[in-house]
Amino acid sequence: MTTQAGKPLAIALENCAKTFPDGTRALEPLDFAIHAGETVVFLGPSGCGKTTTLRIIAGLEEPDAGGRVLFDGEDVTRLPIEQRNVGMVFQSYALFPNMTVAGNIGYGLRIRGTQEAALKARVGEMLDMMQIARLADRRIDQLSGGQRQRVALARALAVRPRALLLDEPLTALDAKLRDTLRLDIDSLLRSLGITAIYVTHDQAEAMALGDRIVVMEHGRVAQIGEPREIYQRPATRFVAEFIGTMNRLTGSAKNGVFSCKAGNLPWAEAPANATEILFRPEDIRVAESHEETGLQGTVAAAFFLGDRTRLFVEVGEARPLVIESTARRAFRHGETVRLAIDPRGLVVL
Amino acid sequence: MKHRGLFLLQLGFTLVVCAFLIVPVILSIMAGLTVNYFVGIESGLTLRWVIEVWNGYRDTIFLSIGLSLACLVVTLILGVPAAYVLAKRQTALTRAMEELLVMPVAVPGLATALALIVTYGSLSGFRTSWGFILVGHVLFTLPFMVRSVLAVLSAIDLKTLEEGAASLGAGFWPRFRDIVLPNCRSGILAGSLMVVTLSMGEFNMTWLLHTPFTKTLPVGLADAYASLRLEVGSAYTLVFFLMIMPLLLALQAFAKPRPAKFVAEETE
Ligand SMILES: Nc1ncnc2c1ncn2[C@@H]1O[C@H](COP(=O)(O)OP(=O)(O)OP(=O)(O)O)[C@@H](O)[C@H]1O
Ligand SMILES: [Mg+2]
Repeated sequence: MTTQAGKPLAIALENCAKTFPDGTRALEPLDFAIHAGETVVFLGPSGCGKTTTLRIIAGLEEPDAGGRVLFDGEDVTRLPIEQRNVGMVFQSYALFPNMTVAGNIGYGLRIRGTQEAALKARVGEMLDMMQIARLADRRIDQLSGGQRQRVALARALAVRPRALLLDEPLTALDAKLRDTLRLDIDSLLRSLGITAIYVTHDQAEAMALGDRIVVMEHGRVAQIGEPREIYQRPATRFVAEFIGTMNRLTGSAKNGVFSCKAGNLPWAEAPANATEILFRPEDIRVAESHEETGLQGTVAAAFFLGDRTRLFVEVGEARPLVIESTARRAFRHGETVRLAIDPRGLVVL
Repeated sequence: MKHRGLFLLQLGFTLVVCAFLIVPVILSIMAGLTVNYFVGIESGLTLRWVIEVWNGYRDTIFLSIGLSLACLVVTLILGVPAAYVLAKRQTALTRAMEELLVMPVAVPGLATALALIVTYGSLSGFRTSWGFILVGHVLFTLPFMVRSVLAVLSAIDLKTLEEGAASLGAGFWPRFRDIVLPNCRSGILAGSLMVVTLSMGEFNMTWLLHTPFTKTLPVGLADAYASLRLEVGSAYTLVFFLMIMPLLLALQAFAKPRPAKFVAEETE
């Protein structure tokens, strides 16, 4: 698609802290860079500062003294949002109730003094792209939530912004619509090749959309990385527990064996000081009868989900292990199961 | 059947209330059109009194129209930006301002008028001009404009709408023109309606502020009641109605809220 003009934008934050006038410290000094053309997702629990960071990048908030926002290396910290040329999609959409759908989409172009014919053409192009051409003359209060979301996207993209910023754009929609729109947004961002920042507290959304994910915690960056890296190699316990399910065994490592209450786990690369190992449910399974394994536990609960069974296995730790078993058999409560762990999935923090 | 009974009851009540309000108006208007009020309608209908009023009090009518329009212009220029600032900045100061704004409404008009005379009475050129009355009217009507615009602005998410416009490249003035003003249109129209009507009908304060050369319509009306025949006074009322009704109807038509349609979620 040829809707994007020019080269995508690289964005960098340097030492950006934010203290609100009422004294709330929303962000500790942040430093990170977003590469041209990539989709970065800000992920974290409510109140961790995702929106604040996005608003600093957009120009709706100023960082505390000493913080800098760089667009393609150029300092834009003092530039107000109307001069930054970034497209923004708000959680509440912020569509103008006094304009039609077409009026909303064309507003940015009108402000820029675009010729009527060019404006019409561009609005038509955006309407087609978002598949809302038949809504062009509707008023905003005559649209459904999903349709509003499309209009908001079209409006932000119509002016060919240097970057697209989206703050929880799908949170207000129901689950089914969210899935469809997420796919649409994903293919849109990829086809445009635009630099995009997407804020969410939904980890599945983050995994699906992000080239990279910035996991935030209490105004700090906990980890930045590709979804796979964040999932498989979490940098902190917070990241490990926030994204997906993590199993935990405590014990000690000696001579390539990790010993815990559940038994012994041969692990050649075990670090000598490891007192705790973490792994995902898909890296542990119920061992076949002929397999040799030194670990075992008792089934505390089993939920048959159709394609697999989710097992909770008691091994004398604070929490039972979660196992996704594809075995073609039923598990009984209290049954003893032998367990096999793939050492490649082990994480020590 | 039960619903029908209830409906009839409500209709009856509404009609009684309407009659209570409208009958005196009709009687008064009729009085202005009869040859002799004490004889009654049998004495015949005439436009004599209306013409007499027109000849004698034409100037008060024009002054009142001019005054209310000037008052409208001033309250628009002062009130809309004031409401905008009050809506945008929610601080202790703006909240206090909001409270202070109702003062001229709560304080009796006579007191306000007296205060104005004490303060500006010695500026003789100003004291005898209609500008003096205008100041009083603006003081009295401004809160109505501010309140009605503020009510509309508080109901919409103004901050986010403006941020949306700013993200599309709109600076302050385009934003104000394209987003703020159109979205508080209904508040501005309702406020204008109030301001014009209140200014047209204001008597308390105007009575103290006026001079023989700056008599407004209600002051003239009081004059007519006090010093002339009842028929003239009633004819005056009729003229007053003829003045203000089209204005009210026009503003009412503008202020009509747009119907909001509900649209079910469509899955595509
Ligand atoms: N205008 C403000 N004044 C004072 N404190 C604020 C303001 N805006 C945000 N905060 C605070 O800053 C912190 C970060 O807020 P922010 O909105 O960035 O969180 P978030 O990660 O977007 O959360 P959510 O997922 O709930 O949207 C919160 O503690 C919040 O209460
Ligand atoms: Mg937020």
